[in-house]
Amino acid sequence: MGSFIGLIVVYVFFAIMGGGNFRGAPGFSSFLNFGSEVGIIALAVGLLMIAGELDMSVGAVVPASSLTLAIVAGDFGAPVGVAILAGLAVGILVGYVNGLLVTRTGIPSLIITIGTMFGVMGLTLGLTVLIHGSTGVFLVPDPLTKAIFGQLIGNMFQVSILWWAVFIAVVFFLLHISPWGNGVFALGGDRESARNAGIPTNRLTIQLYMLSGFAAAFVGVSQVMTFNAAQVAAGRGFIFDSIMCVVIGGVLLTGGAGSVIGIVIGTLTFAIVNQGIFFSGLDPNFGSIIIGALLLFAVMSNDRFRALALSYASGRKN
Amino acid sequence: MADQTPILELEHVDKSFGPIDVLMDINLKVHAGEVLCLLGDNGAGKSTLIKTLCGVFKPTAGKILMDGKDVRFNRPRDAQEMGISTVHQFGGTFALMSIGRSFFVGVEPTRGWGPFKIFDRAKANEIAVRAVRDFGITRIEDGDRLVGGLSGGERQSLAIARAVHFGARVLILDEPTAALGVKQASHVLRIINEAKRRGLAVIFITHQVMHAMAVGDHFAVLIRGAIAADFRRGEKTREEITDLMAGGETMADLEASIESYEDTHEGRPPPPAP
Ligand SMILES: Nc1ncnc2c1ncn2[C@@H]1O[C@H](COP(=O)(O)OP(=O)(O)OP(=O)(O)O)[C@@H](O)[C@H]1O
Ligand SMILES: [Mg+2]
Repeated sequence: MGSFIGLIVVYVFFAIMGGGNFRGAPGFSSFLNFGSEVGIIALAVGLLMIAGELDMSVGAVVPASSLTLAIVAGDFGAPVGVAILAGLAVGILVGYVNGLLVTRTGIPSLIITIGTMFGVMGLTLGLTVLIHGSTGVFLVPDPLTKAIFGQLIGNMFQVSILWWAVFIAVVFFLLHISPWGNGVFALGGDRESARNAGIPTNRLTIQLYMLSGFAAAFVGVSQVMTFNAAQVAAGRGFIFDSIMCVVIGGVLLTGGAGSVIGIVIGTLTFAIVNQGIFFSGLDPNFGSIIIGALLLFAVMSNDRFRALALSYASGRKN
Repeated sequence: MADQTPILELEHVDKSFGPIDVLMDINLKVHAGEVLCLLGDNGAGKSTLIKTLCGVFKPTAGKILMDGKDVRFNRPRDAQEMGISTVHQFGGTFALMSIGRSFFVGVEPTRGWGPFKIFDRAKANEIAVRAVRDFGITRIEDGDRLVGGLSGGERQSLAIARAVHFGARVLILDEPTAALGVKQASHVLRIINEAKRRGLAVIFITHQVMHAMAVGDHFAVLIRGAIAADFRRGEKTREEITDLMAGGETMADLEASIESYEDTHEGRPPPPAP
């Protein structure tokens, strides 16, 4: 609820400051385009955070997947469909390795995924230079694939916005409607009790990491299709941006609670500040201050929510 | 009864965590329609023993037999599927989940088909609320309430109600009455008797002699990881059982030493040990 008010306040602020351009299609397309990419990743990272884990490697998976796609299709001349599958497979594989390491070693997932992030970044850079000879690869996709993954609708809106909607629907179903989601909440609430209650906690953790790897790889694919190029340096922003969206959206840092609606609201808020700042003509650093303040505010109100929820009974007794 | 095949049997079970031996050569039989009270001092290994019985830990050595057949539980779910249902000493409920969702973690009721199975929230809430209300906790009416808002005893009752609801053949309760009020504790004892009457085997861990004597048919006492005594109802007096539960030191000795201290210190009790 608090996050919804935050969204309204932020939108109204930039609607005033940003002028007619921001209130019209250019403004909407800019924050929806930005939001759809980070939003797809934030949904999967949000699920992980509800389950009590973090994934920093998404920022490395985005360029790894887009370069895999571009190199497999460009340098190796494979059909684009095959190349897309290869790109997605890279993400799923990194997720699988993350999940395996987190469940087998018991080392905090923050550390493990920072490790895999550097590993994947290094591999991506090394292999790209080795195979392609430079750090950027161009690829002109055929019209059909372009239409599915990288089209601009009305010359402004990326088709990834529609894909974001699909992700929202699927993740909403998984978390809030299917029985599978109950396990995610239980896992984040109390891992040991969840296992004792019969949740296959290790398998579920691995599934969640594979999902976040897949989501990041999907964004990598759609970036190649949109910009007709893959860059080694792309994607770093997603690491913190996705976590920001999730936390602003009310997911508890300690896990165990959160919602898909919240994550979507958090993403929109973040995207509006991030893009609105350019329309408003304010110093871009001011945008960082707003985002910092939003984050603090979100964490404080999340903690308040938690305290309220937990003290419900004692409050009633007094 | 003793010549029937036990539902559960432990044969020479050892459990160690690295270099620490927690259980040593445990032999134990649990029969249908019988309550086994597992007694012992703090740290004796009671919780470790039941965790090896319900698939949380794997025994380091030895065998677990179910209906006379060798079984191996790789995870708690395996034991659950064989009809073993456990209330652990700690946890078992989820603070930030609703009562209905928490009750059904891992065994969610569903509607729909195939990959589109839907968590049946109405049904889950209804069953969960009914189960805790049967416990005498009538303050709970809404299955959507968060578990974190319940009192400690209410949460414990929720965990026990869950185990009873899913316990098909064996019900394991690790200090279920520790957090409970008098009314709820006596209800747990009633439930144990009821489960026994229905032919379940019950394993009941408690530190309260009264509770153990009220429902126990068969008693096993653990001292530092080994079974120090294994006897049936009526074979030992209450004093003997109390002494065994204190880890073998006789209560009478303890009382005598306190009295002699008081005699030499003008009636003051001894200071607590540092
Ligand atoms: N995972 C573990 N790793 C190492 N040691 C353990 C582990 N679990 C239990 N122990 C040790 O095993 C011993 C027995 O513990 P356990 O929890 O079974 O005792 P208990 O009889 O249930 O005691 P209480 O009455 O206090 O519940 C303790 O000394 C404990 O430190
Ligand atoms: Mg114990």
